[in-house]
Amino acid sequence: MSGPSPVVDLWGVEKTYANGTQALAETTLTFNEGEFITLLGPSGCGKSTLLKMIAGLAEPSNGKIRWWNHGLDQVGGPGRKMVMVFQDATLMPWARVAANVRLPLELAGQKGPEADGAVADALKLVGLEKFERSYPRELSGGMQMRASIARALVTEPNLLLMDEPFGALDEITRNRLDGDLRDLWAKKKLTIVFVTHSIYEAVYLSTRVVVMSARPGRVSREVLIDAPAYGSGARSDAFRVSQEFAEYCRILNDALAEASGQGEGRA
Amino acid sequence: MNAKPKNREAMLRVAAPLLVGVILLVLWQGIVVAYKVPKYLVPSPLAILQALVADWGMLTDALWVTLKVTLLAFLVSIVLGVTVAFVFAQNRLVEMSLFPYAVLLQVTPVVAIAPLIIIWVKDPTLSLVLCATIVALFPIISNTILGLRSVNPGLLNLFKMNKATRWQTLMRLRVPSALPYFFGGLRISSGLSLIGAVVAEFVAGTGGTGSGLAYQILQAGYQINIARLFAALFLITITGVVLFLSMVLLSKLALGGWHESELTPET
Repeated sequence: MSGPSPVVDLWGVEKTYANGTQALAETTLTFNEGEFITLLGPSGCGKSTLLKMIAGLAEPSNGKIRWWNHGLDQVGGPGRKMVMVFQDATLMPWARVAANVRLPLELAGQKGPEADGAVADALKLVGLEKFERSYPRELSGGMQMRASIARALVTEPNLLLMDEPFGALDEITRNRLDGDLRDLWAKKKLTIVFVTHSIYEAVYLSTRVVVMSARPGRVSREVLIDAPAYGSGARSDAFRVSQEFAEYCRILNDALAEASGQGEGRA
Repeated sequence: MNAKPKNREAMLRVAAPLLVGVILLVLWQGIVVAYKVPKYLVPSPLAILQALVADWGMLTDALWVTLKVTLLAFLVSIVLGVTVAFVFAQNRLVEMSLFPYAVLLQVTPVVAIAPLIIIWVKDPTLSLVLCATIVALFPIISNTILGLRSVNPGLLNLFKMNKATRWQTLMRLRVPSALPYFFGGLRISSGLSLIGAVVAEFVAGTGGTGSGLAYQILQAGYQINIARLFAALFLITITGVVLFLSMVLLSKLALGGWHESELTPET
């Protein structure tokens, strides 16, 4: 009975927009505690829509979502904290980095030295402790994204949702952030759902990749990524150039090609 | 190393238009003297300066009257405009019902309604302030509403996910987002309240109630004292420029740290 405990359950979740376009066909998935899930697929496959529904920012047209076996109103309690990192850093330009990171605490009514400590810890976690007095515009794109992650981590979340967070960054910065993110996931025992259209990013980061296809958006395959030789927690950079990595990339590549073939066939 | 060209740039910014002004004044003086243009048609700059010095007491008294009306109208516009904008931004139905009337107020020429207001309102200062307020109010309303609505959708989602209250979202997100727009409105309205005050004085001044700069211009016109007319005009212009510059300064002080409009490009 002591199987993995589910963090998010999706039962027959569907999303159809008012104009009739089906963004996501019936989808049933379970994300378990401690997993690093990647939703991988081309644009229009509904991966961002799916993430938004998990975040509670969009309502499914059909089906049901449960968080820690409860409804959305129960999210936020102890052990059930869900946060999201968006495509852009979405920092408040008028506030310094520390104030941006502190925002979720302030909205929750937390003040004083405890909040100060949490902000300092979060900044340290992403390596921005020297930039707490800077304005967002004074930071590079990668550093802004780090600040955004610090803001997400400051409330000690259990579930972290990320919508192509590093999509706008150059590959070198992106690789570094991916490495740090995987470290954080292991260190903080997070459950992460990560949306991307990069096969390499998906292989490097994930424990499980959910391959999706477009028109209509749907799940076409799931691939478990297991490379214990390169670390089951934090992953070494050597993984990126390993035989296993190339093999997983090939599998995902085939899965995507197959999925898009299906999609075109149906359309 | 960097300071020198920057200083030169700043000096040029002041010196170049100043030089143009001096050249124009010298040309003006030269033409008037060379062609013996009569003083009652076009007075020379020196004659205007003489008039300014000779009638200094009378003109500055008039300036205070106009300035008082201008500043009062500006203040009322800010308070009223911001209040209306907040109410409009809170409720679509209220905005839909009332916004057309705000537009109506804006497009009706103040010269056309000033006589009515002056008849209806006994107190001369109050009637002038009312006229000037009608002119200056609209940019503050429309700019502030636009600002309160121009919120980064990502930040709005972030606030939503953190279960922010309406009040928190207003004070921590909408108000700071609206500031640049609000200051844009202030710049326009500062000039408009002066224009409104002068126009209202023109309408009222013939009745003998006013003693502001517009009244001085009318009197000088009747007496064919064109030099004094120009001197009064000069004071109005200077007042407008000072008002505008103080708004620019205020905006710089408030937004200098973060908003794009106030940042000096780094080279």
